[in-house]
Amino acid sequence: MTEIQAKVAVVRFPGSNCDLDAVSALRTFRNVKADLVWHEEPSIREYDAIVLPGGFSFGDYLRAGAIAARSPALTRVAESAERGTPILGICNGFQILIEAGLLPGSLLRNASLRFVCKWVTIRVENNSTSFTRGMRKGQVLRIPIAHNEGRFYASKRELRELSDEGRAVFRYCDERGRPTPSANPTGTVDGIAGVSNRKGNVVGLMPHPERATESILSPFGSDDGSLIFKSMLESI
Amino acid sequence: MLATGLRLGLSTDEVETVRELLGREPNETEWAIIDAEWAEHSSYKSSRALLKQLPTSGERVVLGPGFDAGVVDVGRGYVATLHIESHNHPSAIDPYGGASTGIGGVLRDIISVGSRPIALLDVLRFGDPEKSGHSRWLLRNVVRGIADYGNCVGVPTVAGDIEFDDSFEKNCLVDVACVGVAKKGSIILGEAKHPGDVLLLIGGSTGRDGVGGAAFASKKLAKGPETSRRSVQVPNPFMKKLLLDALLEASQTGLIHGMKDLGGGGLSTALSEVASKGGTGVDVELTRVAVREQGMTPAEIMTSESQERMLLVLGPSDAAPVLEILDRYEVPHSAIGKVTSDGAMKLRWNGRVVADLPAKAVAEAPVVEWPTRRPRRPRPRTRRQREPPVASSVAALLSSPNIASRRWVYEQYDHEVGLRTVLKPGSADASLLRLPNGSMLAVKADGNSKHSFLDPRRGAAGCVAEACRNVVSVGAEPIAMVDHLQFGDPSDPEVYWAFTEALEGMAQYCRDLPLPVVGGKVSFYNEDASTKRAIKPSPIAMVVGLLRGFDRRPSSAFHRVGEPVFVVGTTKAELGGSEYCETVLKVRGGAVPAPEAREDSRTYRAILSLIRSGAASAVHDCSKGGLAIAVAEMCIQDGVGATVNAGRIPGGPLSPAEALFSESHGRFVVSAREESKTEALLRKEGVSYSLVGETRGDALRISAGGKVVASLEVDAIRDLWEKPLARLMG
Repeated sequence: MTEIQAKVAVVRFPGSNCDLDAVSALRTFRNVKADLVWHEEPSIREYDAIVLPGGFSFGDYLRAGAIAARSPALTRVAESAERGTPILGICNGFQILIEAGLLPGSLLRNASLRFVCKWVTIRVENNSTSFTRGMRKGQVLRIPIAHNEGRFYASKRELRELSDEGRAVFRYCDERGRPTPSANPTGTVDGIAGVSNRKGNVVGLMPHPERATESILSPFGSDDGSLIFKSMLESI
Repeated sequence: MLATGLRLGLSTDEVETVRELLGREPNETEWAIIDAEWAEHSSYKSSRALLKQLPTSGERVVLGPGFDAGVVDVGRGYVATLHIESHNHPSAIDPYGGASTGIGGVLRDIISVGSRPIALLDVLRFGDPEKSGHSRWLLRNVVRGIADYGNCVGVPTVAGDIEFDDSFEKNCLVDVACVGVAKKGSIILGEAKHPGDVLLLIGGSTGRDGVGGAAFASKKLAKGPETSRRSVQVPNPFMKKLLLDALLEASQTGLIHGMKDLGGGGLSTALSEVASKGGTGVDVELTRVAVREQGMTPAEIMTSESQERMLLVLGPSDAAPVLEILDRYEVPHSAIGKVTSDGAMKLRWNGRVVADLPAKAVAEAPVVEWPTRRPRRPRPRTRRQREPPVASSVAALLSSPNIASRRWVYEQYDHEVGLRTVLKPGSADASLLRLPNGSMLAVKADGNSKHSFLDPRRGAAGCVAEACRNVVSVGAEPIAMVDHLQFGDPSDPEVYWAFTEALEGMAQYCRDLPLPVVGGKVSFYNEDASTKRAIKPSPIAMVVGLLRGFDRRPSSAFHRVGEPVFVVGTTKAELGGSEYCETVLKVRGGAVPAPEAREDSRTYRAILSLIRSGAASAVHDCSKGGLAIAVAEMCIQDGVGATVNAGRIPGGPLSPAEALFSESHGRFVVSAREESKTEALLRKEGVSYSLVGETRGDALRISAGGKVVASLEVDAIRDLWEKPLARLMG
């Protein structure tokens, strides 16, 4: 691994609950300084990369991510996004980025109308974003999901645009990489598990890479989630 | 005469005792406080004397029963904290709210000793989901309640146990347990030792929800439960998450002298207990309690069980850093009074004293003893019935809701958050959590109400045995447990007999193993007033085990063909209360499996040495459904078949059904990486074992008396086992 010097902010909202997990996953990399940053702190803009972690920011009141999206933190995150800073939204963080208008589409309740926590497989559809650089297109990652509102939805026109521009970054797939309906755990449109903005520096996904960075935590002994963070660090 | 408008749960004797104790007639507020505190739910008045039988000490025990959580040393400067609670009555009425506030309550207990909650477990009991839409409604909403609360707070729900039985149709059981972790020196006790200290009430506001909840939980459920909804608290997991984050940070300051959660009995219990434990008194101004409803009386404020509240005891001059942390997390707080030296619980309303009670006397209700009578249970089966074909029995058992896959449940729980869950629900007999000291903690909770109904003594010991086996199966050594004893109305002599039997059975098993009990709970009055039906006795044990050194992921599934399959432990003709008897034969009665702690202890040691040495490839315990189901489950996960010769199962002489379906304790199925090493280790430990078959092909083939009696494709039995719950719940 190349030597990396990076300062990464993990933004903590009241109700975030994967914040410490994201920090500890980032700290498995050498030469990374990962800080928990309270959402009101202006220092967010000083970081080389920003992670919006999972959880239930502000209790998911109104809609998942809706209140956090209107916090001052997101104004700062938007400025950093504009400057090209890699920004990753995981689960609730993805919901926040969509609510803040930094990513397209919307996230509806799962088709089963139930919370779903399980290990799934996703396929890398675009390896030129800040979070997939260094992966192979078509590469299959083992990674867990855990959410109630993660059924990605977009209009036909938006979908076409996303597809044409390669912004559907991850799709749910079976173990051999085929995006079958039964491999789609929540009924997302086109099997989409994660998307990016046009520049490719802002990515949101429902699966939790921070839960898949250590082989001891994976039922398969895998550590595929670390590839996402590694790409992020290489994009700084 | 009592003042009008009071509906006290106190007995006539207790009313007299109170009058004697005070030497005067208590006022309305005082009656309400005593009523809440002396309720069975808060006071353990019917069980306290008997609970002393349980062994509570051990070299790892830092804090035993009597506090908000038990504390055990897990090495290298860390402790694990454990607690179990039930929320049966509220869940029977409002399954979503009842279950979620149950989670909230048990989390508070773990937080209030200054530890970080790292795992939740749930033990659930419902009526027959195939027949009862009501039971399916309860199950659906209880699971959703647990999921919504636990997932939001960010504590993984990692293990549990579900049973279905008609006796739970009107009275479902919702037990929730929590495990926490802390540095050894940072444990905070629920006591107020220093007069002059400040009492700070923090968290949610106090409302009329849950008023008299403890008293409500100490009665039978009456007709038209809708009227009791007011006794169910309102959950607010978001507030709990803020409270959790704030208190974990505040605990690090070392400035919190005492902490006590507000659970059953609300402020009454919390105040009298911190004073009683600390040998002090309290002087509290009730108008300083933040209320969310207008016109609340002192009595309502004192007995409200509104959620997400905690009582802190702080020094009078150095509390500022704690307050600063609470403010940052926007956790409301109010100094409601101070610690005094006179032993009195003095409550004021705008300065005027509205209640003045001796704290210690209020905190310790007089013990109640009830008469006992041994009930008639169904007579043991003497005449041999015709046994159905083995293949169809295996199929029926695998698809029984009591045995079928729990995936529909555990997939709704976030079991990953926290990055600690090494072995996850559905993949092993117990879940395994990574601790900050590098060790692993195995956790599992179990119970068997069918066994406990027929023989409460054996059944209660058996639930400890089963939880121990599950923990041992993943390579961990059992180090401590908490128990939960759930019964009907204790004034019914047959119910109280079952309670005393269960307690004695559990205590004996724990003493003989030995295994310390560091906490527990008793829940009576689990019966329906209209049908007069009590639940089957439901003792439950949550056992934690420690695993040091983790080089190989333990497996409970066959994963390689050609491995010899051993059965370790003795099988006896113990079909009483078995799933086979009840589901296949539709017979109630017979000899319930009798756990033998000393023998089990040797077997556990043998299994642990097989796992540690790497001789074992897969290990699974035998529980519900017996040996045939244990082997079938080992085949299903990775799709590897096996052969089993029933005639070679150690024990006996046994009929094929007894060999295959008896639920005798102390047994494990082991597939071995190395046959000779495995045999040598088992011989050395002096346990009974035998080679019964091998892993082979893609079918489970069972033979008895020289012929194949069942040949079941693994794919087919997987279908039978995986689908029932999901199909029922849609």
